[in-house]
Amino acid sequence: MRNISESVLMCGNEALAEAAVIAGCDAYFGYPITPQNEVTAYMSRRMPEEGRVFVQCESELAAINMVFGASATGKRAMTSSSSPGISLMQEGISYLAGAELPAVVVNVMRGGPGLGNIAPSQGDYFQSTRGGGHGDYRTIVLGPSSVQELVNCMPLAFDLADQYRIPVVVLADGILGQMMEPVGFQKQPGRDLPPKDWALTGAQGRDQNIVRSLWLKEGALEELNYKLQARYEQIQKNEVLCEQYEVDDAEIVVVAYGIAARIVRGAVDKARKEGIKVGWIRPITLWPFPTEQISRAAAESVGAIPIRFRIFLTVEMSLGQMVEDVKLAVAGKAPVLFYGRPGGGVPTVDEILGKIKELQIRPKTQYAIRDTQYK
Amino acid sequence: MKIVFTRTPTFKDCPTHYCPGCGHGIAHRLIAETIDELGIHGRTIGIAPVGCAVLAYNYLDVDMIEVAHGRAPAVATGMKRTNPDKIIFSYQGDGDLAAIGTAEIIHAAHRAEQITVIFINNAVFGMTGGQMAPTTTIGQVTATTQKGRNTKGEGYPLQVSELLAVLPGAIYVERCALSSPAQIRKSKKAIRHAFELQVNNAEGLSLVELLSPCPTYWRMSPARAMEWIEKEMIKPFPLGRLKG
Repeated sequence: MRNISESVLMCGNEALAEAAVIAGCDAYFGYPITPQNEVTAYMSRRMPEEGRVFVQCESELAAINMVFGASATGKRAMTSSSSPGISLMQEGISYLAGAELPAVVVNVMRGGPGLGNIAPSQGDYFQSTRGGGHGDYRTIVLGPSSVQELVNCMPLAFDLADQYRIPVVVLADGILGQMMEPVGFQKQPGRDLPPKDWALTGAQGRDQNIVRSLWLKEGALEELNYKLQARYEQIQKNEVLCEQYEVDDAEIVVVAYGIAARIVRGAVDKARKEGIKVGWIRPITLWPFPTEQISRAAAESVGAIPIRFRIFLTVEMSLGQMVEDVKLAVAGKAPVLFYGRPGGGVPTVDEILGKIKELQIRPKTQYAIRDTQYK
Repeated sequence: MKIVFTRTPTFKDCPTHYCPGCGHGIAHRLIAETIDELGIHGRTIGIAPVGCAVLAYNYLDVDMIEVAHGRAPAVATGMKRTNPDKIIFSYQGDGDLAAIGTAEIIHAAHRAEQITVIFINNAVFGMTGGQMAPTTTIGQVTATTQKGRNTKGEGYPLQVSELLAVLPGAIYVERCALSSPAQIRKSKKAIRHAFELQVNNAEGLSLVELLSPCPTYWRMSPARAMEWIEKEMIKPFPLGRLKG
């Protein structure tokens, strides 16, 4: 165990692994894939040190199903992978959702589609926030933007998974996984969690427990879906995390998450120094999405007379996925524009600053046309 | 009056959903008897397959889980590694274990997972309507081999037990049949041995393959199905202990 009071320089992959160990992860199951291999290597050493379980699996299918098995017995289990491997895990994630089992899945995203490349990307936003596998379900998705936040996400992910009996996806990317930053591992007090009386521990002195996702009786599966939906509504009500910066007087609000938000922050700071009224909203939970916060920021722009023009610019390392959620939140009250780089392209601070400046100098009436694609 | 036979407690007293002449009921009872004889009811966790036996937990009164098709050995690995004191068994059909789940069973054996696998081989996909399985015999008529399985294009019956027996991590592999009282007694002995190995913490995977009748999709009477196992099915799938 590390001395938790000290700050250490670690890459994101190793840091998230250590954070999972501190969060009480009982079992880690993984399969090699770049750019997250440091997680697997670190866990192969650390988990046995703690007397816990590490298995290098034959595939991502096996990894997620080992998580399924360990979780069903009430243990804290996790896996990590990168985009193509996460696609393979979708079957298991759907079963976890159906069987109401907690699990933590870390996706250190890389470029796609297909084998893609091993460069950082945010192309898996849809897959993560829409469920990803078959059926009518959601996963909680956390989108950290620094190595420290990645570390902080791990205990939260395990707690959320246990509290709501739901798979939690920690959505990082190749930069977060690979880059080194100073981090601290201060152990936070965990949540008060419900007992796992549903777990398979052997029917000793109690009735048999069954973990299942098959509901054949007429209406039974519909009932399960309503039950899950009620839980999802609780999560949407209670668990949204989002950061706002310089939004109050902003004429341009940039929305970005993860490492893209980090770059945007640099651009916003530079723009402010040049007197441009620009702010920043950073969703930390990607599902539940901070719809209300963004909606409020959009409403301000039509609340006053004369109308204060506020433009939303969504920046992603994809060709536009989260921007759809931003548009749903803004609901036509303000123009929502988009700038993104796909396939491993990483925008620079100056590139985003340039886009902000272009927006700033355009005549404001130009944005009366809704949903303009910003070239 | 002396009671000489009674329903074993782990086998629930309930109506069956299986077809007349199906082998699942027999296999379930043999597992239930074994669990009670070994006194492991309170620490056993069972894994039900995708297929007709997905409802195995309706009959076996132990903690149980449903898993995705073929993935049972991976789920069992996750359970056993985190709960080495529990007795973990998977119950899998031939579609489950010999088709979609070949990677998981081979690698669970290869890692010498300390789990017990009961492999029901009835030479067809039962629940989905009697399609060809990898274990379908040559010439056998199924929903997807309507002129009989032809080796050209459809291949040969897949002998998974023989494949597993060569792996050092598989410590016990035996093929039995549920085709007669004598064979059922042998099956029971094999199942009991497979569980005993796990109870004794033996270092590897134990598997019992059971040739099991599916009269519905073999389009035969239950009696004729039993005969077919002994006359035809044992040709590609000879009975006996392959390992251990």
